[in-house]
Amino acid sequence: MYFLKRTSYRDDLRLFPDRFTLWQYLALFAGLLLLPLAADGYILSQATFVFIYGIVAVGMMLLVGYTGQISLGHAAFFAVGAYTAAVLQFRGMAFLPAFVAAGALSGLVGVIIGLPALRVKGVYLAMATLSFAFIVEEVIVRWSSVTRGNRGMTVNDPVIFGLKLSGPVHMYYLSGVVFWLVMLVVLNVLRSRTGRALSALRDSDVAAESMGINLAKFKTTAFAISAVATGLAGALYAHKLSYISPEQFGIMVSVEFLMMIIIGGLGSLHGAVFGAMFFILLPQIIVGIKNFLPAKIAELPVLESVSFGVMVILFVLFEPRGLNGYWVRLKTYVSLFPFYRQGMFKRNKIAASDLIKH
Amino acid sequence: MSLFQVKDLAVHFGGIKAVDGVSFEVEKGSIFTIIGPNGAGKTTIFNLVSRINDPTAGSIHFEGRDITRVAANQVASLGIARTFQNIELFDNANVMQNILVGCHVHVGTSLLSEILRLPSFKRHEIESRKNVEKIIDFLGLDAYRDSTVGSLPYGVRKMVELGRALAVSPKLLLLDEPSSGLNVEETDNIGSWIRDIRDVLGVTILMVEHDMRLVSAVSDRVLALNYGKLLAIGTAAQVQRDPAVISAYLGN
Amino acid sequence: MNEFLQQLVSGIAVGCVYALVALGFVLIYKATDIVNFAHGEVMMVGAFLGLTFIEILKMPYWIGLLLAIACMTVFGMLLNRFLLRPLAGQGILAVIVVTLGLSILLRAFASVIWGPETFTLQTPFYNRVVRVGEVVLSQEHVAIIVLTIVLVAALYAFFRYSRIGIAMQATSENQLAAYYVGIPVQKVHSLIWALGAATAGVAGIMLAPIAFVQVNMGYVGLKAFPAAVLGGFGSIPGAIVGGVIIGVVESMAVLYLPEGINSVAAYMLLLLVLMVRPQGLFGIQSKRRV
Repeated sequence: MYFLKRTSYRDDLRLFPDRFTLWQYLALFAGLLLLPLAADGYILSQATFVFIYGIVAVGMMLLVGYTGQISLGHAAFFAVGAYTAAVLQFRGMAFLPAFVAAGALSGLVGVIIGLPALRVKGVYLAMATLSFAFIVEEVIVRWSSVTRGNRGMTVNDPVIFGLKLSGPVHMYYLSGVVFWLVMLVVLNVLRSRTGRALSALRDSDVAAESMGINLAKFKTTAFAISAVATGLAGALYAHKLSYISPEQFGIMVSVEFLMMIIIGGLGSLHGAVFGAMFFILLPQIIVGIKNFLPAKIAELPVLESVSFGVMVILFVLFEPRGLNGYWVRLKTYVSLFPFYRQGMFKRNKIAASDLIKH
Repeated sequence: MSLFQVKDLAVHFGGIKAVDGVSFEVEKGSIFTIIGPNGAGKTTIFNLVSRINDPTAGSIHFEGRDITRVAANQVASLGIARTFQNIELFDNANVMQNILVGCHVHVGTSLLSEILRLPSFKRHEIESRKNVEKIIDFLGLDAYRDSTVGSLPYGVRKMVELGRALAVSPKLLLLDEPSSGLNVEETDNIGSWIRDIRDVLGVTILMVEHDMRLVSAVSDRVLALNYGKLLAIGTAAQVQRDPAVISAYLGN
Repeated sequence: MNEFLQQLVSGIAVGCVYALVALGFVLIYKATDIVNFAHGEVMMVGAFLGLTFIEILKMPYWIGLLLAIACMTVFGMLLNRFLLRPLAGQGILAVIVVTLGLSILLRAFASVIWGPETFTLQTPFYNRVVRVGEVVLSQEHVAIIVLTIVLVAALYAFFRYSRIGIAMQATSENQLAAYYVGIPVQKVHSLIWALGAATAGVAGIMLAPIAFVQVNMGYVGLKAFPAAVLGGFGSIPGAIVGGVIIGVVESMAVLYLPEGINSVAAYMLLLLVLMVRPQGLFGIQSKRRV
C-alpha cells in the first residue's frame, strides 16, 4: 500500500506531491527528449500533432471541464491563431513576436466570444459559441484581402534567432516545449485561488457569488486563457502544415475538440492529454484494423468520422469518466494493492457530464 | 447604532408581495431569528440581504452603510456570509477546498503571481490554509478534510457549509434553516455551535428557523413573519405567546 | 417591387422550413428536456427518404411524401428508444455530445447509402409560377407556405383537442404530475419523437427543391436553433415565428447587405437575442430558487 505523507503547508503546494511522482515525470521528459533518436519522421510528426491538439485539449479542459462553460466555438480560436501567425509572417514579422501576437489576438477574441457566458449558460452558451464559430469562419473567407479567402495561405518554417526550424524534429521540439509550458501555466492556475474560483462557479454559481467571487471576471479569465492556449496551438498548426485554408477550421473541428476532451475524461488534465492521444491515434487504429474488415466496409472514407462519433456515444453512455476514468482506476489499483476492491468506483460515480449542470 | 438594519423592505414578484414592509434591527453580538410558516418570505429576505434579488422598496443598512443595491459578489467583502437552505456546496471538491473558497475575499493573489508561483502567492496560500485549519479544528471536520464533499453525509455537509461561511471571517452570519434535515440530537449540537460562534468568534447571527426548541434555546430576539408581513417581534417567549403568531401557525 | 416581393416570399418559404424543423426541435425539448443537435440531420434523412420514394422508386409525389413521413415516425421512435432514453438523467453536456455524435453518424450513413453527391427532387410545383396581380411568384415557395400553414393548423388542433395531444402537453409541463395522473409518459415521449422527426422530414422534403438533397443539408436545419432561441425556447408558436423571421432576414440580407452576411445572419441574430433578451420573443425566463 502507498501513503502520501504531508508534514507542512508547503507540501500541499508542491507540484509533485512526492519523490515517486517526480521521478516518473522526469523519466517521461527524458523519454520525450530522446524520442527523435529512436523514432522516424512519421512518428515524430504524429507526436507533434499530439502536442498541438494536447494544447487545445488542455485549454478546453480549463474552460469546459473546470469552469463548466460549454464551448462549441474553439475552432474560431484555433483559426485566429493560425491565421494571425500566417498573415504576420507574410507581412515580414519574425516568428516569436508573431507567435505571441497569435496567442494575444486569440485571447482577445476569447474575451469577446466569452461575453455571452456572462448572460447565459448551458445549451444557450453552446449555441452562442457555435454561432461565433460560424461568424469567424465566414469572416476569414470574406476578408480575402488579408487571408486570401478560400485560396488559403502558405506558411513558411519558423525562424528563431536566425535558426530555421524545418523538418519533423524541430517542429516536435518546438511544439513539445510550448505544450509543457501551457500545461504548467494551466496547472498553476488550477492549483490556486483562481482555479478554486473557477471550479466554484461551475459547481454553484450562487454560492460562489456569495463568497465574493466575481463571476464575470472569472468566466472571462477562463475564456481568455483557453483561447490563448488554443490560439498558440493554431499558430503551431499553421507552421506544421505549411498551408491553411478556411475549411480546416469549420464547425466540425469545434465539435471534434469537444468530443476529444469528453473521451479523454472531463475534469482532469490527464484526460485532456489522453483525449488528444486518442484523437491522433484513432485514424492509425482504423488503418490497422482495415485489414480485418470486409473489403466493402474498409473502403469507406467515412470510417474515421463514424468511429469517432460511435466512440464518443459509447463513452458517454458507458464510461462517462472517459479514458481518465480507466487511468484513475489503474492507479488506484496499484496504490492500494492488494486491497483494491472490485466496484470501488461504483458508489462514488460522479459522471463527467454531471460537472455541467443546466 | 445597531450592526444591521432593515427598513420597510418590500419585494413584489408580479402581483405577489413576498416581503411587505418589514423592518427590524440586529444588535452586534446577538442572535436574531426570523420564524414563520412556509412561504412567509423568510428566505426571500435572506436573498435580498445577500443581494441575489433586488428589493422593490425599502433599504438595508450594514455598519451604517446602505447596501441595498450593492452587487451580489460584494456582500462577502463587506463582512456578510451565509449558508443556504438546500446546501450549496461545491460537490466536486473536497472539504479543504470548499472552505478555502471562503478565504477568497480576504487573500487576493494576482493571476500573474499564481502562474509564476511567486513568493507572495505562496505566502498567501499558506496563510489561507492556516485559517482553514483553524476552522476545521473548531468544527471538528478533521477526519473529512480530504473527502469529496458530494459523497459526505448530510450532517457533515451542513458543517462544511458553515465552515465555508466562517472562512469569510464575517461580522454577520446568515444561517438559513440550520436545523433542517437534522434529528433532535444533531439539532441540539448545532445549537451549541451557533452559541459558540457568537461567544468565541464574536460573530453576529441572523437566522431563519422552524424548530422552536432551537429558536428558544439560542435566540436573543425573534421576529415572526407571515405572508411577507411582520407579525410580532421580541424575545422568543414573547413572540411565541403572541396571539397573531399562534393563529398564523395553528389557524383560527 | 417585384424583386422585393419575390425575395420576401422566398424568405417566408425558407422560413417556413426553418419553422417546421424548429417546431419539432422545441417539441422534443419541451417534453424530454433534450436539445437535439442532430435535428438538422434528421431533416436530411427525411429528404433522402423522400428522394428514395419519389425519384428512385418513381412513386407519385404525395404518396412518396406520406410514405416518407411514415418512415420518419418510426425513425424518431427508434432514436428515442435506443439512443436518447439511456441518456435520461445525465447532464446537458452528455446530451449535446451524444446528439452531435449522432449528427456525424447520420451524415456518414447517408453518404454511404445514397452517396455524397447532390440530388434533385422533383415536385409537382417545379418551375411553375403563380401570378398575384402584377407579381410573379414561384409556385414552389407558395406551396411551402400553404403546406406549412395547413400543418401548423393541424398540429394546433391536435394538441388542443385530441387526448394524445393534451397528454403531450401535460408531459411537457410536468413529467412527474403526468405520471401521477396515469399518462404513459414513455409512450408519449416516443410519440413526440415520432412527431418531431416527421415534421423535420416534411421540412426536408419541402426544402429539397430549393437546397437540393445532399448530406450537408443538416447545416440548413441547424438554423432551427436561432429560430427556437429567437422565438423563446420552449415556445412552439415562438419557434414558428422565429423560423419565419430568420428566413425573411436572410433573404433581405441577400438583397440589401454585403455578400456573405446572409449565411451568418441567423447566427448574428441569435447572439443579439441572447445578449439583449435571452428569453426570446415568447419565452419565460426562470431563475433557480435557492
